[in-house]
Amino acid sequence: MQFPLTAFNNVSAANPWTYIIFGLIGFGFGFTLEMSGFGNSRKLAAQFYFTEMTVLKVMFTAIVTAMVLLFGAVSLGILNFNLVWVNETYLASGILGGLIMGVGFIVGGFCPTTSLASASTGKIDGMLFMLGGFVGAFLFGETEKYFDYWYTHAGYFGRVTLDEVFGIPVGAVVMLVVLMALFMFWGAEQLERIVGKKDMSHEPKLRLVGAGLLAAAAIGIVLIGTPSTEAKYDRLSFNRTVEGQQVVFTADEMLSTRQAYIHPGELLATMADDRLIASIIDVRPEADYNLFHIVNSVNIPAADIKSVVPSLLADQTPNKVYVVVSNDETAATQAWKILVAEAVPNVYILEGGVNHWITVFGQDEDGIAPLTSNVDEFLRFAFPSALGNRYQCANPSPLMEWEIEFDPMIQLQLKRDKSGGGCG
Amino acid sequence: MATKSLFNRTPKPYVHPYFGGMVLGIILFLALLLTGNGLGSSGATSRIVTAATDLVAPEHVDTTPYLLKLAGGDKNPFDDWIVPVFFGALIGGFSSGMIFGRVKVETTKGPSISNRTRWLVSFLGGVIFLYGARMARGCTSGQALTGGTTLAAGSWVVMFAIFGGAYALAYFVRKLWN
Repeated sequence: MQFPLTAFNNVSAANPWTYIIFGLIGFGFGFTLEMSGFGNSRKLAAQFYFTEMTVLKVMFTAIVTAMVLLFGAVSLGILNFNLVWVNETYLASGILGGLIMGVGFIVGGFCPTTSLASASTGKIDGMLFMLGGFVGAFLFGETEKYFDYWYTHAGYFGRVTLDEVFGIPVGAVVMLVVLMALFMFWGAEQLERIVGKKDMSHEPKLRLVGAGLLAAAAIGIVLIGTPSTEAKYDRLSFNRTVEGQQVVFTADEMLSTRQAYIHPGELLATMADDRLIASIIDVRPEADYNLFHIVNSVNIPAADIKSVVPSLLADQTPNKVYVVVSNDETAATQAWKILVAEAVPNVYILEGGVNHWITVFGQDEDGIAPLTSNVDEFLRFAFPSALGNRYQCANPSPLMEWEIEFDPMIQLQLKRDKSGGGCG
Repeated sequence: MATKSLFNRTPKPYVHPYFGGMVLGIILFLALLLTGNGLGSSGATSRIVTAATDLVAPEHVDTTPYLLKLAGGDKNPFDDWIVPVFFGALIGGFSSGMIFGRVKVETTKGPSISNRTRWLVSFLGGVIFLYGARMARGCTSGQALTGGTTLAAGSWVVMFAIFGGAYALAYFVRKLWN
């Protein structure tokens, strides 16, 4: 079984049970916040006067616990991290918005979810914070148009995680965060003793055991490491509808039954289909790409394919179909394996590659001369000059009657609901 | 202090912060494992307001870029995981309050301000916080907690900005709390 479950991809009134599951998650969330004391604004505000460090302790215990479990599950191959929502990085709006939130926090004494825990237990200040929150969210919706460009573009880095920023393995980051948290807990207890004048001698010894467990789990994650692309590939499953029946295929079966390959006719039909967006990834060497390529295709040489995965994952367009293209099929199939293993949805391979494409659409075009060669991934046409996509057959008119017969293979898989992620 | 207690019980003490944090962490992990989404709430605030706006002035929603994404045309602004999480959190908070005897109509505040002042600043704080939360695309839950867990680079920046902002201003508003 592969987590996260695809059953939760789309939350809507059409699937009432998804509301129930997320409602239960919210229930646990509100319950723990209240029982930790976050319904009381004084307890929250005390954090900023160093008298009581409950906020820091609860928050960082939650972060390190969840982080160790999350990356533990990723290491063991249970959870595909590429399918987990990762907040995209918007530095400018993130920093300014964060500072504004800080002001709201110290003035109002709550953050949004703690105000829910407070309001629901009858605290008038919690209710008023919640009410103010509706006004603030309303004001943002009304004023966003004045800085829309800044909001969407300033300091945008997409889906990027700390291990990528620092260029170190993810296990090492987990380890460092655990160590940092343990150091902060130690510091927080010193502050509570000195500034808050609390007697810390009766603190449970069990917390030292917890600290030890966290550190041990982090070491485990460092030692196991993250699963390779090959390991993720072996775990894949594809849900397909075959003759009205739901059938599950492995990735290798998708290739052997040719369901991952689309005919040039289907690619042309997809490019012309207003309901779909065809994103053509040309993995050939740049020289071949410059000689000839299908219109609107992007050249990403096979060796670089892994580097574009984060940007493909961050793309939230639900009706996008990726088509990998090489001269024949070998290179494109290799790239397909990497992309599907990294959880990029809706990826197909152009059957027979560019050679097949030109055979279908460019047979009669002046200047394009066929070459004979048995070498795989060899561009078996000669071109008068490197016109790229300005050959007629690079952009065949979909209106022409090509009289092509093909079995349509594209079955759009709905993406995970990322409509806003995090605090969407 | 307490003006009215619904059940006249002595409130039980809060759980130990490390224990509360651990439980919260397990819930957050389960959410990420099962659904691929973490925790959040400020997005729901936005969606509820937008739903109300959509009732009163649908043309306005259809001409405002930010609202268009949430409720343009026939789109239901409630069709998002964060909405049930929001209402679940309200019920969960209430349940915990009931179990531990903390459901009371009262105002939590520092000793040197009046109830009225506290009400005014909490309302103001709510306005400011949610404005910032929508700008940063998430609050302490959606950015700091969830993004912190998934090691999202931007979320760690937001987290430090929240605490930076609060600590920077804390001295100047100390009368509110001490």
